Order: sequence, then C-alpha cells, then structure tokens
Amino acid sequence: MDLRYTDADEAFRAELRSWLESTLQDLPAPPARDDWAERRRYDTDWQRRLHDAGYAGLNWPERVGGRAASPSEQLIFLEETTRARAPYVGVNFVGTLHAGPTLIAEASEEQQERYLPSILRGDEVWCQGFSEPTAGSDLASLRTKAVRDGDEYVVNGQKIWCSFAQVADFCELLVRTDPEAKKQAGITWLILPMDSPGIEIRPIDTVAGSSEFAEVFLGDVRVPVANRVGDENDGWRITQVTFSFERGTAFVSELVDARRLANELAVLARRAPRMEGSAWDDATVRRELGHIVAELDALWALTKRNVSQAERTGSPGPGSMMIKLAYSEARQRLGELSLRVLDRAALAFSDDLLSGADELLEERLRTLALTIAAGTSQIQRNIIAERVLGLPRK
Amino acid sequence: MDFELSADQEALRDGIAELLAGRFGIERVRACENLPGAVDRERWRELGEAGVFALRLPEADGGLDLGLVDAAVVFEELGAALVPGPLVWSEVCAGVVGGAADGSTVVGGVSAQVGDRVVIEHLGGIDALARVGSERVARLEPGDVTAEPLARPLDPLTPVSLVEALPEGDPLALAPARARRDGAVLCAAYLVGMARAMAASGVVYALEREQFDRPIGSFQSIKHLLADAAVRVEMARASVHAAALHVDDPELGDVRRAVAGSKHLAGEAAIANARTALQVHGGMGFTWEVDVHLYLKRAWVLDTVFGSADEHADAVAACLSSFPLA
Repeated sequence: MDLRYTDADEAFRAELRSWLESTLQDLPAPPARDDWAERRRYDTDWQRRLHDAGYAGLNWPERVGGRAASPSEQLIFLEETTRARAPYVGVNFVGTLHAGPTLIAEASEEQQERYLPSILRGDEVWCQGFSEPTAGSDLASLRTKAVRDGDEYVVNGQKIWCSFAQVADFCELLVRTDPEAKKQAGITWLILPMDSPGIEIRPIDTVAGSSEFAEVFLGDVRVPVANRVGDENDGWRITQVTFSFERGTAFVSELVDARRLANELAVLARRAPRMEGSAWDDATVRRELGHIVAELDALWALTKRNVSQAERTGSPGPGSMMIKLAYSEARQRLGELSLRVLDRAALAFSDDLLSGADELLEERLRTLALTIAAGTSQIQRNIIAERVLGLPRK
Repeated sequence: MDFELSADQEALRDGIAELLAGRFGIERVRACENLPGAVDRERWRELGEAGVFALRLPEADGGLDLGLVDAAVVFEELGAALVPGPLVWSEVCAGVVGGAADGSTVVGGVSAQVGDRVVIEHLGGIDALARVGSERVARLEPGDVTAEPLARPLDPLTPVSLVEALPEGDPLALAPARARRDGAVLCAAYLVGMARAMAASGVVYALEREQFDRPIGSFQSIKHLLADAAVRVEMARASVHAAALHVDDPELGDVRRAVAGSKHLAGEAAIANARTALQVHGGMGFTWEVDVHLYLKRAWVLDTVFGSADEHADAVAACLSSFPLA
C-alpha cells in the first residue's frame, strides 16, 4: 500500500501545472451566470484549449482522439485543475462525461466519427433528456413516446432537468419505443438534434435562482432512425453501460473544492463577529467542522482507493457508490455549518457584510441538489444495500 | 500510488483472520471474563508467536520490519474478533518493554487523566504498566500500584480498577507523542474491525429474521441503516490506512490531521455500527446472549482512550489553516 505517486505521474502533474499556470493567466473573466450564449462561448473555448493541449478526453481511447490516460492521471488532472481554479467543465459536462462515453461504448463507427471529435474540440454541446416529470428515481418508467414512421421516429413527450438544453446542439434522449414490454425492455437511446422542429425549451428556476436546467417539450419531433444508438428497445442497457466508464474519479473536483471551502470557512469564522470574539471561539463550530473535514479527508482517501482498484481491475468497486452518498451528505452538513457561521451575513448574496460570504451562500444553495441529483441519497442506500450487501429487493 | 492492500498485506490479513477464527472464537473471547484482568495469557503468547506485537520491530530484534499500516491491517482483524486485553499498549511498547514483542509480557497502559482518581484497564492481567505523561512514558510495576477492582465494569471484557495515586515509575525510551499517535492509529484500526463485524452481523440477521412474511432486510428502513453502516466502515478504514501511511511517511501531508481524523471516524463508526446492529437485532439485540452489546460496550470504552472522537474532531479543526489556501 502506497500513497506516493510514481515518477511518471509526478511528471504528468508537473507538466499540467505549468500549462495551467501559463494558460489561466490570459483567460478572460468568466461571464455572468445568466448570460447563456457567453457561458457557452467561455466553456467551449476552455474545452478547445484543453483539446489543443492534449488534455481533452483524458480517459477516452486514442482511436477516438482521447489520451487513454490511467485512472491516476485522471485523478491528478481533476485535482490540479480544480486546485488551480480552472474553469469547470460547464456546458461540456454531458458531452464529455456522459453522452461521449456512451457513444464510445455503443455507437456505430459512423456515429462516433460524426459526434466525438466535435465534443472533444468544444465545437458541439450536448444535453441530457432522461428524467421526466413522472420518471425521476424510477427512470425506467419514462413515457416520452417514439413511433417509427419510415426512416424516422416521431417523438412526443416531456423531459425535465435537462442540463444546458438552452445552449445544446444535441440531446441524448431516452424514449419509449415499446409500450407493451416490461418497462426496462421498451426504451431506446436517440441522438436528438436540438434544432429539430417541435422542440420547446423552458428554463427551470431553481432554489438558487436561474440554473442550467430546463424542461424540454417534444411535439411530433422527427428524429432519423440513423440517430438511434444501439438497437431499438436496448436503450436501458446502454444507459447502464455509461456508468462502466466511471473510474472512481466522479467526485474528485467536488472533494478538492469542498476541502478548500472547509478551510475557507475556518478562516472566515475567525472574522465572523460574535458578541464576544468570533464564530471560531464557538467550540461547537470547530468540532462540527473537524468532523466534516475528517469525513472529507476520508473520502479523499477512499477516492484514491477506488482509483487504485480501477488501475488494477478496470473498475473502481463498491467504494465509488459509497462516495456519492457520503460526500453529498457531508456537503450538506458543511452547507448548514456555513450558514451558522455567517449568521446575519447570510441574509444577502454579498461580500459587503463579510468578505467570502457570497461564495459560501451560493454553495449552500447549489449543494442542496447533491443529495437528489443522479440518484437521491435514499436510492443510493437502496443500491448499496442490494448490490453490495446482498439484501433482497423485495 | 496504489492505495489497496498488497499481496503481502492480504496474506497478513488472511493469516491473522484464520488464526483468530481458530483460536479466538467468540466463546473463547467471552470466557476471558473469568480470567485475571480478562487477559487470556495462553492465547496472548500465541498472538505474540504469530508476530502481532513485533510487526514493526527491526528484524534484528525479532521483528518483521513492517510499517504502521501493516500493523493496522492486523489490528482490524483483532477488533473484528473482539480480542480482549491491552493489545494496543503491548504493540506500542514492544520495542521498549522486554517480552512484550513475543507476548510473554503483557503491557497495559494509562494516559494522563483528568481528576484525582485514575481508572486502569486489565490491571490484574498485566506484567507492566506504561504511563504516558506530558513529558515522558514511564514503566510501572502493577504490584506497586495500589488499586481497587471495580465490581461491575461497563464492558465485562474490560475489567477496570480504581487507583488513588500512581507511582512515578522508570522512564521508557518512548516519546509520549509517539505513543499517543501510534496508539490512536492502532486503536482506530481495531475499532474499524469492530465496526465491520457489527455491519456484517446486522446484514446476516436482516437476511434470516422474518417479519410480515419477509426477511426484514427487504425493508428500506433496515436497508438504509445497514447501507450507512457499510459506508462508515469503508470511510473509516480508508482514513486509518491513510493515517498509518502518513505516520510512516510524513512528507505525504499533515500527520496530526490524518491521525486525528482516523480515530474520530473509527470511533464513531464502531459506536454507530454497534447501535445499528443492536437496532436491527430488535429485542434480541437487547439480550446478554447476543454478542452485539459486547461490541457496543467495547466501542464506548475505546472512545475514552488515545483521544475521544470529540477530542479528535477538535484536533482536526485545529489543523485547519488560519489562512486561505493558495
């Protein structure tokens, strides 16, 4: 057992650090959060820079333009870019981390050649059309219908929680093609061009105000059969394959940032005034923060364990399921503690009362989604109990 | 970086697990209640011969020259089996108290305590007592300690004695900070083993116990308790292994923060998982017959040594920088 990186890994880190240092210097300031056109431009520009420097598609195979990096190099890449406060993956999230990997595993050669290079270069943006108003945790019960009409599917239905739909070129869309079959057996995976007639996009205002999420309404939208990935009615299996790309690094950026923020909170608490002294004088604040930091440190260690397992076996093992649950729960506690420390400085999104307050407050709202998105904590516990512990489904 | 057990470490783990399954089954563990100090000296020698206390000693001294993380792997198994006795003290003192390494001398210990009166575990079963003070670690002879055994210890397998005053003793060549640090990690490893055993015990019972014509493990409320228990084990174990590696290789990062975090999480995991197992066992969990209470009581006991979960949380917070990180 060893936590030291190899010389090759350290060389990769050093090279990346020096590239980040020079590249981040002349990066323009990030756009306003509601300026979607500008955010697309900013995020895809960053993706293009990664691409040109050889850092795009880090874990993608070389045959599709990726770097075929090892899990530990992925870990280092995410750690260093987050630490350097490089731009977040942003609008490229679905393309680079979800739709792209799915296409690599399941799409035809023509489809791969058509779509993958433009994802890597930041030329095209993808969104996700999975969840529906009546299909959340029970995703397989989705009802958006696709009926074959010659060389096309005619799609009708409604999708929700489509990240970045307002700026996307394509949508990875799950549709029901066999309403008679068992629910998992009648689903098909389609590539939906977002400029197709019949698509209406309504942004969703979340608790944090405006967001990257949208509802997408589909009325007689015609999708070429050539845009189907895999076989008709095989879409559920294909969505599961996507997860096999995970190498235990899904929460690296979140963890690096959470550990930074925990430290920011310790710094800020010393400046947060109380009747006597500061919030840092409150032993219950320090103890709760110590607990949260111990958990975040443990999750960081567990991440390294999962990455090590992925290096050995190709798969990160059960620990990766646990990280999602434990991290999102720990992050809620950090958010609650932030508000306790901020006290009345939390009453407005502003640094005027206490410098650093704005970021902590934004983070408190953003992270409310962590225990819900991509599998609620309750669903995660079911999955761990059934798949790891072997408890019966019924 | 390879933060998984090596083949040697797996062999070490499997070897000690096999030994414990054969020689320290739960019946034998329970029988320790009737032995002086609850120390099974015959089996203790066997643990010594197997190298449990000498793992980290140089080969020249009869040791295996292994690291703290290897010792942690072994101590997790000892905890899973709930082996009674001052195992951690004996390991920590193995290099400085003759006979501790091979198990012929049983070393107990006591840290500085608040208040006038001192409580000492296993006093009737030990040959030497290590007293960790702020300046030094001293060796005391148990015969020189005037003590009153307390009739009803919380943990039946951890007898305790009340001592009015401790002699000064003779200094040992062991730094107090090192004894506390290594002791905290090994105790945390032992607690991880206990947490693991309790999580497993809850799963086994949830699979076999039926109510409303279904195994209770099919109910989401039970699943969620047991999923949380499993997560606590994985996190605490990763934390303990990381802490042990930090101790042996301080360039990895903040050793104090890693050690404190590990004892904090392991202590919490052991207590919470024993509570979970007790709850899942329902009425049976409240009986003397079922082993769960022995684990819960031990977890409570071990939260009072080498720093409590609360103290270690405070220590982690104290390690946070007072300046924004670069």
